[in-house]
Amino acid sequence: MLKFFLTGLTIGICCILQMCVFPMALPVNVFPNLFIILTAACGFMMEEKEGLIVGFLCGMAYDVFFGDLVGFHALLYMYIGYFNGKFSRVFYPEDIKLPLVLITMSDLTYSLICYVLLFLLRGRLEFSYYFIHVILPEMICTLVATLIFYPPILKLNEWLRKRERRSEQRFV
Amino acid sequence: MPSKYLLFILTICCSIMMLLTFGTSIFDKPFNNIFGYIMVPFEKGIGSAGSWIAGRSEQLVQIKTLLDENKELKEQISKLTEENTLLQQDKYELNKLRQLFELDEQYEIYHKVGARIIARDTGNWYSSFVIDKGSKDGIEPDMNVIAGGGLVGRISDVGKNWSRVTGIISDNSNVSGMTLATEDNLIVSGDLKCMNEHVILYSQLVDSEGAVQVGDKIVTSDISDKYLPGILIGYIMTIETDNNNLTKSGTLSPAVDFEHLSEVLVITDKKQILSDE
Repeated sequence: MLKFFLTGLTIGICCILQMCVFPMALPVNVFPNLFIILTAACGFMMEEKEGLIVGFLCGMAYDVFFGDLVGFHALLYMYIGYFNGKFSRVFYPEDIKLPLVLITMSDLTYSLICYVLLFLLRGRLEFSYYFIHVILPEMICTLVATLIFYPPILKLNEWLRKRERRSEQRFV
Repeated sequence: MPSKYLLFILTICCSIMMLLTFGTSIFDKPFNNIFGYIMVPFEKGIGSAGSWIAGRSEQLVQIKTLLDENKELKEQISKLTEENTLLQQDKYELNKLRQLFELDEQYEIYHKVGARIIARDTGNWYSSFVIDKGSKDGIEPDMNVIAGGGLVGRISDVGKNWSRVTGIISDNSNVSGMTLATEDNLIVSGDLKCMNEHVILYSQLVDSEGAVQVGDKIVTSDISDKYLPGILIGYIMTIETDNNNLTKSGTLSPAVDFEHLSEVLVITDKKQILSDE
C-alpha cells in the first residue's frame, strides 16, 4: 500500500518538476526527461510489471496535457519500463554504471521513436540536424539529471525494500 | 498477473485509445477533468512562485541594461514625437477621407480573456503550453491566443480549468496569412529547425510584381478558417524565389517573444464558418 502511494507521489512530483518548474527555472531550450529516468529506474530496480505500470502512468500524464493522441506516449513509456525491467536481474544498487547506461539508452530510443513517428513520417528528413540539435542535447541533459535525481529514487527504493523484508520476517 | 499479460492488455488499451482520440473526442472530457483537478492547483502555485523568483533575479540583472536603455529611449522619444506630429497630420486627412467615403471602423474589436501560463511542453519536439483558464471560463477549442499584440497560437485542447495552446512556432502548426501592404496570401508554418533561431517559415507567397519587401507586416488572412483576420503574426526577414519561379518563400520574425511568455490573451470570439447544413 505504502509502495503504491509513494510511487504515485513520485510520479506527481516528476510531473510538476517536468512541466512547471523546469520551464520556469532553467533558462535553456532543452530539458531533461524525468519521466524516462523514473520509468527506467522503476523498471530495473523493481521488475517488469512495476516498470510498465509506472511508464504507463507517466506517459498518460504527459498525453493528457500535451499529447495529440492520448495513449501514444503511454505506450512508448510502458515498453521502455518493461524492457528496463528485464535488467532487474543484473541490477545491483552499488553499481551506478548500469543505471546510467540504461537510462541514456532509454532516452535515445524514446527520442528516435519520437523522431521517426512524429517527424520523419511528415517528411522532415534531415536526421542529422535533429540528432545534433534535439536528440543529443536531451540525452546529455537527461544524463546529468540522472546523476542528480537517481540517488534519491534509489534511496527510496532501498528503504521500501528494507521495510518489506522486515514485515515478511514478522509474518514468518 | 504475469507482466506479459499486463503488457499485452495495456498495449491494446493504448491502441484503442489512440484510435478513439484520433477519430473522436470522447476521452477529452473525463481525462482532462481528472488530471486537471489533480494537477492544476499544484501547477498554479508553483507557477506563480517560480515566476516570482525568476522575476526577482531578472530585476537585478536588468538594472544595468535599463540605464543604457533609458538613454536610447530618450533619443527615440524625440524622434517619435517628430514622427507623431507627422502622423497626426495624416490622421486628420484620413479621417476626412473616411467621412467622405463613409467607411466604418476597419477592425472589429474582439472580446478577450487574460490567462496565465502554468505549464510548458518540455518534450523538446513540439511547442505548446497549458494556461489556467478552461471551459469554465468559456474557452473553447480553436479560439485564438495573442500576447503583446501578436499571434501566439490557438487553443487545441480544453479541460475544465485548463487548456492547451499550440504555438504558431510549433512544428505541427500552419497558419494562413497575408501581407498587410499588398494583401498577398501565404502560408506560415512553424518548424523545429527555425524555432531555435527564433524565426518562422513562410511559403507559397504569390508576388509577381515583387512588391513585397523585407520588413513588411504579415497578418492572419481573411480566408483562414481557424484564425480571425488581421492579427499580426510577424515581419518578413528574408525573401527567396522558389524553384518554380512562381511563388516565394522565406523566414519571418514573430511579433511575440515566445521565450519570455507568461501571460496571454484568449480571444473568445470565434471565426464564423459556413457549416454544411
